[in-house]
Amino acid sequence: MKIFLSTVTAVFLAFPVWAEVKIQEVTSPGGINAWLVEEHSIPFTALEIRFRGGTSLDAPGKRGAANLMMGLIEEGAGDLDARAYARALESLAASFSYDADDDTLSISARFLTENRDEVIDLLRTTIHKPRFDQDAIDRVRAQVVSGLKSDAKDPNSIAGQAFSAMAFGDHPYATDGKGTIESVSALTRDDIVESHKGAFALDRIYVGAVGDITADELGVLLDELLTDLPATGAPIPGKADVTIDGGVTVVDFNTPQSVALFGHSGIDRDDEDFFAAYILNHILGAGSFESRLMAEVREKRGLTYGVYSYLVPKDLASIYLGSVASGNARVAEAIDVIRAEWTRMAEEGVTEKELEDAKTYLTGAYPLRFDGNGRIAGIMVGMQMQDLPIDYIATRNDKVNAVTLEDIKRVAGELLKPDELHFVVVGKPEGLETTN
Amino acid sequence: MIRAFALAVAVCSATPLWAEQEQREEVTTFTLDNGMDVVVIEDHRAPVVQHMVWYRAGSADEPIGSSGVAHFLEHLLFKATDKLESGEFSATVAANGGRDNAFTSYDYTAYFQRVATDRLELMMQMESNRMRNIRLTERDITTERDVILEERNQRTDNNPRALFGEQLNASQYLNHRYGAPIIGWRHEMEELDMEDALSFYQTYYSPNNAILIVSGDVEPNEVKRLADEYYGVIPANPDLPERVRSQEPPQTAARRIVYEDARVAQPYVHRSYLAPERDQGEQKEAAALFMLAQLLGGGTTSYLTEKLQFDTQTAVYVGAFYNGTSLDETTFDLIIVPSEGVSLREAEDAMDAAVAEFIAEDVDANDLDRIKMQLRASQIYARDNVDGIANRYGQALTSGLTVEDVQAWPDILQAVTGEEIIAAAKSVIHPETSVTGWLMREQEVTQ
Repeated sequence: MKIFLSTVTAVFLAFPVWAEVKIQEVTSPGGINAWLVEEHSIPFTALEIRFRGGTSLDAPGKRGAANLMMGLIEEGAGDLDARAYARALESLAASFSYDADDDTLSISARFLTENRDEVIDLLRTTIHKPRFDQDAIDRVRAQVVSGLKSDAKDPNSIAGQAFSAMAFGDHPYATDGKGTIESVSALTRDDIVESHKGAFALDRIYVGAVGDITADELGVLLDELLTDLPATGAPIPGKADVTIDGGVTVVDFNTPQSVALFGHSGIDRDDEDFFAAYILNHILGAGSFESRLMAEVREKRGLTYGVYSYLVPKDLASIYLGSVASGNARVAEAIDVIRAEWTRMAEEGVTEKELEDAKTYLTGAYPLRFDGNGRIAGIMVGMQMQDLPIDYIATRNDKVNAVTLEDIKRVAGELLKPDELHFVVVGKPEGLETTN
Repeated sequence: MIRAFALAVAVCSATPLWAEQEQREEVTTFTLDNGMDVVVIEDHRAPVVQHMVWYRAGSADEPIGSSGVAHFLEHLLFKATDKLESGEFSATVAANGGRDNAFTSYDYTAYFQRVATDRLELMMQMESNRMRNIRLTERDITTERDVILEERNQRTDNNPRALFGEQLNASQYLNHRYGAPIIGWRHEMEELDMEDALSFYQTYYSPNNAILIVSGDVEPNEVKRLADEYYGVIPANPDLPERVRSQEPPQTAARRIVYEDARVAQPYVHRSYLAPERDQGEQKEAAALFMLAQLLGGGTTSYLTEKLQFDTQTAVYVGAFYNGTSLDETTFDLIIVPSEGVSLREAEDAMDAAVAEFIAEDVDANDLDRIKMQLRASQIYARDNVDGIANRYGQALTSGLTVEDVQAWPDILQAVTGEEIIAAAKSVIHPETSVTGWLMREQEVTQ
C-alpha cells in the first residue's frame, strides 16, 4: 500500500443507511403478519410472498410437481385462460414472478399504486384459483422437459446433480427439484392440484412489502389476498444427513474446460459460530478478487476465470461448497491449489489483517444490498424465514465486528475438513481419476 | 415461463422508458473542459453511489489481428499503475466496503464501483489515475492472458450455444468488426502481448474519449467539483482517432449455417437480419423495429408465441429481438425452439409463414397500446434502480447517441404507429438479407 491512498482508506464504523430502512411489523385484521417498509417516493409497491417447503414437498414419485405447478400459476386463473390472463396482467403493467427452490416457493409482485386494487384482485385469483388447464400443463411440461434435456448436457448441472446425489442420500435434496424427464412426463393434473394445495398454506407463509403503501392499506390487501388459504399444508421433510466422503469423482464429458464442484458438510445459519464461518468463507473464497482462492488460483497462476466458495445453509441440511472451471489440462493443478488452501486455512486460520479487511468490507458492503424496493422486500422475507429479529439490520454489523481471530481459528479447525473434501469433476480432466 | 433460451441470445436491449414531465429521471449532464462528458443521475433514498467511467472503445475498435485486446486491457487495468500496486485498486474498493468490476462490449469498455457516497472522491482519484498511468509487467501479460483464455473456455468453448452464436455473428458481418467475438478468437488471444494492450490503451483511454456517469446519492455540483479536480486535469488526447470502421456491404445473398455439436440437447433455429441502429436525431425506424420485436416475439401475448406455441404446438419457445443501441448497423433476430417431433425445417418454415402473416395483417391496436402502456409503467419502475438508468446512458453515449437522443427515445417509442411498424418489418425482413443458423446435435458415429 502506498502513501497515495493513506488518507482515505481509514476504517469507517458508522454507516447511516440502516436508519433509513424502517421496518414495521404489520398484522392484518385477519391475522396475517408481514414486514413493511414504507417508501412513498415512487408510486409502486414490491410485494414478496414466500412459502416454506419448496420442491422438497414433492410426494414420492412426483418429483418436479412443485416446480411444474409454479410454472403453471401464470398460465390462467379464474375465468381467464392462459392468453387472456397474460393480456390482463400486461394491461395492468404489473409483474408477477414465481420461483421454486429446495426450501421455498416464492411469489414476487410489483405493481403501480394507481391500479393496485385491480392487480391484487388478479393476484388473488392467481393464488387461489389457478386453472391448470391440460393444454397449459402439456405446453409448460414440454418447456420443463426441454430444460431438463439441456441440463443433462450442461457440465455445471451435471456436476451439481452428481454432488447432490452423493451428499444427501435418499432425502429430497439428493435429486433435482425440477424432476427427471420420466417423473415430469408422468405428472397428471391431479398431481399439480395436490401440489398446489399442499404448498400454499398459512402455517408456512412469510410476507414483505416495500413501497408506496401504508400499514393499514397493506393489512387490507393481505386479508383479501391470503386469509382464505388453507391453515396447514403438506408435511415438510425431516433433516438430511450429509453423507458425502472425501475423494474425487470424475464424470466423463467431452468438453474443453472441466467444471469442478467441491465441498463437504457446512454450518447452520443459526449456529452461534455462523458469523465466524461467514468471515472465514469471505477470506477463503467469497471475497471476489481479494479471496485466497482467487489470489492463488487465478491471480498468481492464471488457472481459471473464477473460483469461489459458498456457505450453503439450507433449511434441512448445511453444506460448504466451492466451484472452479479450468482447462482439462490444468484442472488437476487448480484442485491441488484449492486443497492446499483448504488445509492451510484449517490449520492456520486467518491473519489479523485479513480479518480486519474482511470486517471492513462486510460491514461497509452490507448497506449496499438495500438498493431497491424488490431487493429490500426479499431481504425482509429472508430474515423472517431465518427467524431473525426485526431489528437485526441494525445489529448485524456488530455481530460481524465481534468475531475474533481466535473464533476464526477455532471455527476453521472445525468447519474445514480437507480430508472430507469431495471434488466432482465434469470434463476430460488430465491426471484425475475417480477415487473410491 | 422458460427463459433459458432467451439468455442464449446475445441481443438484449436496455429497458426503454417513457419520460412524463413530472416523473422524469433526475439527470444532469455537462462536459469538462478537456472534453470528458459527465452524466449525473440522482437518487437520494440511500447514501450509496455508483461511479462509472465508460470509454468509447470496444472490441469493434480493435486493430485487425488483435481480437480480444479491448477486453484483455480491461482485465489489465486492475494491475499496477504508477501509484497503485497490482490488485490494489479492487482491494481498496473492498477495504472501503465497496464493490467494483468492469465490462467490455463491441462499442464500449466500462469500469464501475458501488460505494458509500463519502467514498466517491477516492473512486475518482483511483479511476482517473488508471486512465493514463498503468504499469504492466510481462508476468501480468502471461498470467492474465491465461485467465482470459479460461474465460473464453467458460463462456464460449464449453457452451455450444455460444459457439453457434459466434459463428452466426461471423456469418452476419462479412466486413464489419461486429463479426469478431468480444472476447476474441482463441488463436489471436493466444498471441496478445504487452504492445497490443498498451497500444490500444494509449490510443483510446483519454478524457475526451470517456464518459463519467455517477448515479445515486449525489449532487451534480459536487460531482462537477470532484470531476474537475480529478478528471479535468488530464489533458485531452489530440490524436484520438475518429471511430471509422469498415462497414458491411449490401447483403445480396441469404446465408445459412449448420453448427453441430454432441453437447447440444435442444436444437433450435436462429435467424438474423441486418437492421438500422438508433442514430443521432434519427431514431424513428429503430423505434418501429423495437416495437416490432415486442409485438412479434416479446412475450406470452406476442404474435409468434400465440401462433406457434398456443394455436399450434410448433415451438417450446419463440422470440424476437432488436437492440438498436449500437454504433453501426445492428441486427433484428428471431429464434424458434421446436417442440419434440418438429424438425428444424418445419419450425423455420412455420416461423417464416407466421412472420409473413403478421406483415400482411394490420397491427392490432390493442396489442400496441398494451405495449406502450407497459413502457410508460417501466419509467416508474426504473426509478427504483438508477444504476440501470446509468447503464442506459452509458450504452447510448458510447454508441453515437446524445443525451437528447436518450431523453427523446421514450416519446419516440410512444409515437410509433402500426403502419410504421409494418413498414419497418418490410424493409428489414428479406430473405436476401438473412442469416439462418441451425444448431443441431452432432450425428453420433458408431464404430
